[in-house]
Amino acid sequence: MASEIIAINEFAGGGQSVGEWLHGWVTTVDHKRLGILYILFSVFFLVIGGIEATIMRIQLMVPHNHFVSPEVFNRMFTMHGTTMIFFVAMPVLFGFGTYLIPLMIGARDMAFPRLNALSFWLTAFGGLLLYFSFIGGNGLYGAGNAPDVGWFAYAPLTSRAFSVGHSTDFWTLALLISGIGSIGTAVNFITTIITMRCPGMTLGKMPLLAWMNLVTAGMVILAVSPLTAAQIMLCFDRYLGAHFFDTQAGGSAVLWMHFFWIFGHPEVYILILPSFAFASEIIPVFSRKPIFGYPIMVAATVMIGFISMSVWAHHMFAIGMSSYGNTFFTITSMLISIPTGIKIFNWIGTMWGGKIQFKAPMLFCVAFLFQFLIAGLTGIMLAASPFNWQLTGSYFVVAHFHYVIVGAILFTLFGAFYYWYPKMTGRMYNETLARWHFWLFVIGFHLTFDFMHIPGLLGMPRRIYTYEPGRGWEFWNLLVTIGTFVQGIAVLIFVGNLLWSMFKGPVAGNDPWDAWTLEWSTTSPPPDYNFATIPVVESRRPLWDLKHPEDPDWKYE
Amino acid sequence: MNSVAAAHPPLKPEWTLPSRGRVGMFCLIAAESAVFTIFVIAYIFYIGKSVSGPQPKDVLELPLFISICLLSSSLTIHLAVRALRRLEPTGFKFWWIVTLILGTIFLVGTGREWHHLIYDRGLTVSTNLFGTTYYSLVGLHAFHVTAGLIAILTVAILALLGKVEFEYHEKLDVFSLYWHFVDVVWVIVFTVVYIVGR
Repeated sequence: MASEIIAINEFAGGGQSVGEWLHGWVTTVDHKRLGILYILFSVFFLVIGGIEATIMRIQLMVPHNHFVSPEVFNRMFTMHGTTMIFFVAMPVLFGFGTYLIPLMIGARDMAFPRLNALSFWLTAFGGLLLYFSFIGGNGLYGAGNAPDVGWFAYAPLTSRAFSVGHSTDFWTLALLISGIGSIGTAVNFITTIITMRCPGMTLGKMPLLAWMNLVTAGMVILAVSPLTAAQIMLCFDRYLGAHFFDTQAGGSAVLWMHFFWIFGHPEVYILILPSFAFASEIIPVFSRKPIFGYPIMVAATVMIGFISMSVWAHHMFAIGMSSYGNTFFTITSMLISIPTGIKIFNWIGTMWGGKIQFKAPMLFCVAFLFQFLIAGLTGIMLAASPFNWQLTGSYFVVAHFHYVIVGAILFTLFGAFYYWYPKMTGRMYNETLARWHFWLFVIGFHLTFDFMHIPGLLGMPRRIYTYEPGRGWEFWNLLVTIGTFVQGIAVLIFVGNLLWSMFKGPVAGNDPWDAWTLEWSTTSPPPDYNFATIPVVESRRPLWDLKHPEDPDWKYE
Repeated sequence: MNSVAAAHPPLKPEWTLPSRGRVGMFCLIAAESAVFTIFVIAYIFYIGKSVSGPQPKDVLELPLFISICLLSSSLTIHLAVRALRRLEPTGFKFWWIVTLILGTIFLVGTGREWHHLIYDRGLTVSTNLFGTTYYSLVGLHAFHVTAGLIAILTVAILALLGKVEFEYHEKLDVFSLYWHFVDVVWVIVFTVVYIVGR
């Protein structure tokens, strides 16, 4: 117990000068500290991206609103999308991966600790560069400040002629630099998982979180690199007068679409697979059963990784591809529902007959199962190209992908925050506040994103800054905006809970959930070296074996 | 945690995992391959789509000599690392410096070709789509050669100072993977730019 209190003091900076404390965090190469830096960085940008979303929703609350100008509205949706994908979702998932992977595979750090630090600081630099555009985007031209070209920045909007000033340069450089950081992290994840596992942990005995992050990292390498290449081309176009996406010189705007979505669609699975990983760790522990169908789970993960590389053009059904192209991408997009369906089945199979404990992490994961299913169903609707022609570029699409990103990814993330909070800080969060957070967020989420489908079906296009009254959109938009505020209050409760519990929460102990993976065998928070002696494992649930020597898992696996 | 092992029959003694450096380098090579793939696709997609001259067949000549130099340097770097592994420091220094020279010849050759294209033929990155895709693809490759040459030069200086011992053979072996990759990319770039696209 004494060591835990010392560890908490270290975490909070006790016994050091502020300078030493800050120096320790800035120069660290420890995977746990870098993981926490990633997570704090993402929470900061989550709040900023949330404020941008709220500004948009206030503007759309009633018809003919004048809360912000059209120019500001364009900047808001561009910055919201870019921030949430590149500076919230990816870094927070990398943060959990960086923190958890070495602990879960029984290693003392990542394979390349300094590369790990470099990757984080590149990502952080990219985020700052993006937001510096609010100050520096004017350049010498006095036109525009933040980027306003949309998060997928279609050509020729990004050309010098249509994006005067430097705002688009900040956008492209921010993504280029943070992309290099992401690739570095992915290289590190794969190398760590392949070469640093503790004795006995064969690939078939590895925790599912490590497996899914392994596949994710492979996808980052294959999908983020094309984006980096495309950003280099865009830089050449803007600075050297090259013609990659310049249609007047024979260049192709459609080529940018392909390059962007070759990144853009695998990206969705890069974000969702770590969320699946959280669910695959949390659901078994709170169902008091081992995961159902471990090998099938791994196979489904690899299948998702594989198929997701061949679905990108379902974002482009409306540009006039050949009927063969449309058919191919419709079929591949629908195929991917098979492995995801297998996963949902396996999670339910894990819960079936278990002694389910509805603690906050489990609540978020159960809501995830339900919401992810609905998101998948609208996904299948949009994958059918004729249906897509009707609804592409409408609020139905916006509702669909927010259902995935908020309803599935953010929900499991909240679950992961609560599940690993005691391990990271040594303190327990407040369960009552967590429940308030959960129920308010569920209500707010469904108010916003269930009802957002309807104006989409009624023909409301995305990215309009206001609309006429009398089209049947007002009521739904009002509900959507109200839901946004409910979600905002829930997130404030969440942040408040984490901050309060950090100092006042009860000491958690090493293993508050009676869990089975290796991170719970060390102290909370873990010491710098993670494990005093490197563990040796014989099954997928090493702590179960330790706690139940009379009936260990390795007898059955 | 040791008691986990003690609770049942002891583990098989051998527990070896792949080398960190090699796995990391293969990952980096995969990422780089994806970047090059995009540039190669752009090059192929834009073959013959330039709306103004000059066209590839008017200005490009096969850079055979420098290509042979670069491809041979793959062999020499292999011989260098092998010499280090066999505790032959003289052989290592010799082959390593030959690699440095061959790589430098390639880079100088590319520079001369670019100088010729820019000043004699008037082809720049903004002239037409051919210029755009040519300079970016060949330039991306030349950038990787440059990065590799800086590393080779650093090791060469350290080797001449007598600081490169046997223990570094594994790291240099990992680096040589990068150099082989740069050579393989040149085979593809050569085929696409000078044979298919001409």
